[in-house]
Amino acid sequence: MSEATDLIGERRAVISGVGQSDIGRRLFRDPLELTIDACLAAIEDAGLTTADIDGLSTYPGASGPLGFSGGGITDVHDALRLEVNWFTGGIEYPGQLGAVVNACFAVAAGLCKHVLVWRSVFEGSAQGKGGRAAVMPGAGSTTTSFKASGFMEWLLPFSVPSAATWIAMYAQRHFHEYGTTREQLGQIAVNARKNAALNPKAIYTDPMSLDDYLAARMISTPLCLYDCDVPCDGGTAFIVSRADTAADLRRPPIQVEALATALHGRPSWDQYHDLTSMPAQDAGKELWKRTDLKPTDVDVAEMYDGFSFITVAWLEGMGFCKKGEAGPFLEGGQRIALDGELPLNTNGGQLSGGRLHGFGFLHEACVQLWGEAGDRQVPNNPEVGVACAGGGPMAGTLLLTNSR
Amino acid sequence: MSAASGSSGVGAEQREEEVPFRILPALSDRNRHFWQGGRDGELRFQKCNGCGYFLHPPSVICPKCWSKDIGIAAVSGRAEVLTFSVNVQNWMPGLEPPFVLAIVGLVEQDDLRLTTNIVNIDPYEVTIGMPVQVVFEPHPDDEVWIPLFEPITEG
Repeated sequence: MSEATDLIGERRAVISGVGQSDIGRRLFRDPLELTIDACLAAIEDAGLTTADIDGLSTYPGASGPLGFSGGGITDVHDALRLEVNWFTGGIEYPGQLGAVVNACFAVAAGLCKHVLVWRSVFEGSAQGKGGRAAVMPGAGSTTTSFKASGFMEWLLPFSVPSAATWIAMYAQRHFHEYGTTREQLGQIAVNARKNAALNPKAIYTDPMSLDDYLAARMISTPLCLYDCDVPCDGGTAFIVSRADTAADLRRPPIQVEALATALHGRPSWDQYHDLTSMPAQDAGKELWKRTDLKPTDVDVAEMYDGFSFITVAWLEGMGFCKKGEAGPFLEGGQRIALDGELPLNTNGGQLSGGRLHGFGFLHEACVQLWGEAGDRQVPNNPEVGVACAGGGPMAGTLLLTNSR
Repeated sequence: MSAASGSSGVGAEQREEEVPFRILPALSDRNRHFWQGGRDGELRFQKCNGCGYFLHPPSVICPKCWSKDIGIAAVSGRAEVLTFSVNVQNWMPGLEPPFVLAIVGLVEQDDLRLTTNIVNIDPYEVTIGMPVQVVFEPHPDDEVWIPLFEPITEG
């Protein structure tokens, strides 16, 4: 560890409660209701009441295309009639878990004691009958007068309207440089489906073999349908508390051992210098400077799979295997199985569990470390877990323990 | 996706052809050189007058020497395919798959690159490392010329 311990502010933060609303492919419910269900569940899980909540944090705030946010700061603040000392919501974060990172530092800095953090989506319903196309804003109509601007100016005019296509180019380069195969990449999707079958809240639970994966239709080479996550409706919430409040909590909280948010290249989908990796490698590198733990100490890994290749970037970036060696690491799938050396995406990830957009990974990591994961519980009482979220120029990761 | 026309300026004959569907960029003082260079058959980027570094996407300051004296310069249009994907999904009407999206690196500078499409080739014949050259797809009514790339043929 190169940082002095008193500079690792996140050590003063714990996760004291988690909550989730109903999750479904298309629920057609008021999205704010899903948000509130998740928030109240998290507050209760921590053993607190709304009167204890004195901070709020969310991603991406109330903005974004239809379905992208089920409620911003103001919505939740007012619905629950809270009195808060600190709040923030936004989208220019180091990945979706940036909202959790902010909460950790707010409690560490003494601004508040218990921060309610949430992320909710209703992309399934929005695409089902809300009039939202499956692709990026403005890309749904041939008659639109929409003009691309911002970072999309350099992507949309070339008819690349989905992150599927952007990520596919990274995967292609990784295949080219390192000999990675579809059979290896496919293990991420097959493993996720296997775990989803043990998760009562998962979207897709029917058995899926590697042959099923290989036979699926292509979306954008080398990514097929099962390399893409499934839009859904649902809310996820956490309570981030100051570590010295542990006595007020329902059960021993999850300790934040370290976190990282680095981006050491150009903040761009196509200008980042390394086309076989992503800033996941920057966040991973910084994370291990903030702890004495090592990648080999991790008992359970929940790593973003909005598209399967992003998990490859996290596997390598976090140092679970060497750069370029994710393919052999994934080969056969045994290492990443529930009883393997690195149980991965134990709730089915976003590929089969549903696209809760980053927050599902942290939820699952906490549930596993508390030993509350039911049929999908990783054996032998896991003590160290990681949650990683973000793809492209966004990466945030938290290293968690239950052993203190 | 239809093949782009040649890199010469667009004439009246070409205007009569059906213009392929594109989501077009919002033009601004900062980006016009890039999207309109094709009118003159040129692929243009910002270039630092202080140190000669090409900037893309456009900016207001050179990240190498911090000069604000930024000019515009044409490049050769020759590039290498750094990576690509054959898009098979039918995302929206007017955008007929399969087509190739790619990130290409211009020969002039190691880190001068852009996302584009590779055209005038069977999509499944595109490879990483393939040499390509710019070809413009005109959208004259919108005053935009989209820079696409095609394989460089021998001779």
